Amino acid sequence: MTEQPGTPAAPPPPTAAAPTTAAATAVVGGDIGGGAGAAASLWRDAWGELRRRPTFWISMTIMLVMSAMAAFPGLFTGRGANDRCDVREAKRAPASWNPFAGGDHPFGTDAHGCDYWAQVVHGTRAPIVIGFSVTAISLLIAVTLGSLAGHYGGRLDALISRITDVFFGLPLLLGALVVLTAFPAHGVGAVVLALGLFWWTSMTRLMRGQVIAVRDADYVQAARMLGAGDVRIMVRHILPNAIAPVFVFATLNVGVVIGSEATLDFLGVGLQYPSVSWGLQLREAQDIFVDQPYLLAYPAIFLTATVLSFLLLGDAVRDALDPRLR
Amino acid sequence: MVPVLLGTTLFIYVLVFALPGDPIRALAGEKPLPDSVYRALREHYHLDDPLLVQYGRYLFGVLFRGDFGETFNGQSVGQLIADSWTVTAQLAATAWIFELVVGMSLGVWAGLRRGGFADAAVLGGTTVAIAIPSFVLAYSAQLVFGLKLGWFPTAGTDDGWPMSYLLPGMVVAAAELGYVARLTRTSLVENMRADYVRTAVAKGLPRRRVVVRHTLRNSLIPVVTYLGTQIGYFMAGSIIVEGIFNLPGVGHELWLALQIKEGPTIVGIVTFLVLIYLFANLVVDLLYGVLDPRIRYD
Amino acid sequence: MPPTTQTTPNAPLLAVEDLYVEFRPRGRTVHAVNGLSYELRAGETLAILGESGSGKSVSAQAVMGILDTPPAYVTKGAVRFQGTDLLALPERRRRAYRGAKIAMIFQDALSALNPVHRVGDQVAEMLRVHRGMSRSAARGRAVELLERVRIPSAAARAGDYPHQFSGGMRQRVMIAMALALDPDVLIADEPTTALDVTVQAQIMRLLADLRDELGMGLILITHDLGVVADVADRIVVMYAGRAVEEADVQDLYARPAHPYTEGLLASVPRVDRRSATLIPIPGAPPDLTAIPPGCPFHPRCPRARDRCATEVPPPRPVGNGGAAGDGGRRSACHYAEEVLLGAG
Repeated sequence: MTEQPGTPAAPPPPTAAAPTTAAATAVVGGDIGGGAGAAASLWRDAWGELRRRPTFWISMTIMLVMSAMAAFPGLFTGRGANDRCDVREAKRAPASWNPFAGGDHPFGTDAHGCDYWAQVVHGTRAPIVIGFSVTAISLLIAVTLGSLAGHYGGRLDALISRITDVFFGLPLLLGALVVLTAFPAHGVGAVVLALGLFWWTSMTRLMRGQVIAVRDADYVQAARMLGAGDVRIMVRHILPNAIAPVFVFATLNVGVVIGSEATLDFLGVGLQYPSVSWGLQLREAQDIFVDQPYLLAYPAIFLTATVLSFLLLGDAVRDALDPRLR
Repeated sequence: MVPVLLGTTLFIYVLVFALPGDPIRALAGEKPLPDSVYRALREHYHLDDPLLVQYGRYLFGVLFRGDFGETFNGQSVGQLIADSWTVTAQLAATAWIFELVVGMSLGVWAGLRRGGFADAAVLGGTTVAIAIPSFVLAYSAQLVFGLKLGWFPTAGTDDGWPMSYLLPGMVVAAAELGYVARLTRTSLVENMRADYVRTAVAKGLPRRRVVVRHTLRNSLIPVVTYLGTQIGYFMAGSIIVEGIFNLPGVGHELWLALQIKEGPTIVGIVTFLVLIYLFANLVVDLLYGVLDPRIRYD
Repeated sequence: MPPTTQTTPNAPLLAVEDLYVEFRPRGRTVHAVNGLSYELRAGETLAILGESGSGKSVSAQAVMGILDTPPAYVTKGAVRFQGTDLLALPERRRRAYRGAKIAMIFQDALSALNPVHRVGDQVAEMLRVHRGMSRSAARGRAVELLERVRIPSAAARAGDYPHQFSGGMRQRVMIAMALALDPDVLIADEPTTALDVTVQAQIMRLLADLRDELGMGLILITHDLGVVADVADRIVVMYAGRAVEEADVQDLYARPAHPYTEGLLASVPRVDRRSATLIPIPGAPPDLTAIPPGCPFHPRCPRARDRCATEVPPPRPVGNGGAAGDGGRRSACHYAEEVLLGAG
């Protein structure tokens, strides 16, 4: 490589003509904690980079609002889910396209005469809860299986990798669809299970690759030579360094899970009435959206904004972590 | 590949047949079934054999006789697939062409103008395209381009290929097209920094030749891989889009089978889809070797 | 050093005059090259010596016109090839020089060769694009070029891909490609750094032979004093984007005229000074976003005095112990004469 003085602060590689820097590099390289220190500064740099991006703040705002709606719907609407519905008021379009214009039903009413604003607000909880639960479960599976496969290798690795391949052979939606068809229950738990069953595979592969990479790093070898035990090496040296990319991947793909959940609801195999979710609202809207397009539009906007916020966050984080792609 | 095929089909088979609901009773619906008829049906479908025996019998049929089993009313699942696969294939081909042509072009356009307006526009547009759920997009497209503007037929295959498939094809492609554009862009931007591109510039080659011969080909290797693995996702996507646009394809059949829990049909079609998926991956591996000589010889 | 553009036989083939290059990544300014000047004559080998970050490669890329803009900008200076300032030419005309008149080879031939094209095609591409040769004629010529750089069974190997060659053979392919159009100047950027020691010697031998055979001017960029000694005629020592010393090889090795060169020589083992202990240069190279005022080397310089911290020493001719006629020897040190005498 030629020198590109883009990072003048980094110590130059040792050369015959620069024995002092060679010595300095040797000192740094000998520090067993060197890997962790570099990682910490990478994250600090990334944060400095993130703070300056408007997309980061936009997506964080959307996420906060959606999380607040999921946790405390009472802050946004006086009605409960499926509360005070009046069939005589059914399919009443909003008085104005501006929801802040006032009136009883800023988003109109749905086919059962429920206030659509309240329904959409209450529809936030299921997708958000499912999105994060599926991610948490998959992350747990991925970290466990990925670490075992990567760390021990051999037959255990082969077995875990084959199992991963099998589940990877079924696309997320197709797999979840089959599971949910076979499953008697269609509550939040069933949907979480069905999606989680197929969502851990990419993360497990990623985790395994990370563990293998970190396992062979010099500072882990050094710790091993100093007599550290398996568990200690795993917990103190490998996991902290291997888990970060997997965690980032998992967090940023919560949006994909939320989109898939909505699709399952829409297809009729996910959540069922009396549950309230954007996907179910979109399912109900499908037959009447030609005359009542707002029934399709509002949950679609909320759903898309949520998925979008995770995508935007993903872009911002990736760019911040990989400045070369700017 | 073989263990994956075995594992995946066994998994689906177990799932569908180990389910608490009774497939025969589900088929009969509300009507009570005479006991003798019920027993005869169970025997006919070997539902009383151990699960693994059932599965082994099934797999043997698929692999050696091309027999994907029978639906409950006696129709061969293989025949069902044979009757409907062309629709799905045409839909997938249409979507694939959109992804390939539009996705790659957008990616190259953005990548060559990194940091500029085109780049920002493509990134923003693809992000939104990825974020909109395909069924929302399908209905919106149907409403706007089919009903309101009348540019495309709204449903069915009466107008044949390509007219009937354009709108659903675009919907299937929309989200994936976003991924393709982004992947192309990222890969291109990364490759532009490669040492061999600097060499090509140092050789005094015109910019066009540097881009086309020394950057694009190298950049498209991961994109081709991605496009290959997309085949499986087209199948999943086709369930929704074939349903909404009323295209009588494999996805539509699977959808109908799911509604009545018709185990053999579900397993048959999913097995077929997994086979296609694995086959596509195999083709991608071979193509990868053609594109990247390092793989070919290693 | 006045810009010499007269057409005497001794006129420089390539003259770099007061060159400045900056990198501007996101609000910072990295001063990579700061007023570099040197000249190269036909058949001469000029070594540019310096540590990583001294600006030696960046300046070479500026000469070739292959810097990435942004983030790199040539802010001042001229690169005269046979009297024509290349920096003033529009890109279209500049391209005609690139590869044809001035060619370049890089440190890591594996990454510098395109992995998806056959090496024969990569060499032939030069001929097809610049000379408009037919596919088969270019291919035939490419095989000849591969033979010239002594690649065994060149005709067969032309159909192989870069990853199928060993490191030394790959660098030979790079050289064959660079020589395809008989350039007048060849810039070799650390051509042997990535290679084994025995292979290094072979490649250096090859470059020297080809230089003599073709009468090219050769610019050899390196951080390795050992590589320089055998092949180079003259040496430019760079520090913080400047030439701190320029001299004939023998003179420089015998008696450095700049404290940095002195430090470099003292820090490298030498056969002729077996007993001497190696003395590293204290400190680290300067941060190129904030180069110290005065002489950039003064914070590390054992001979530094007050003046060095405030006054930038311009490169100036220095005599051989005060005597004139010493082959254009220059040093950018206020106390060059002192250094030459070995005092202090």
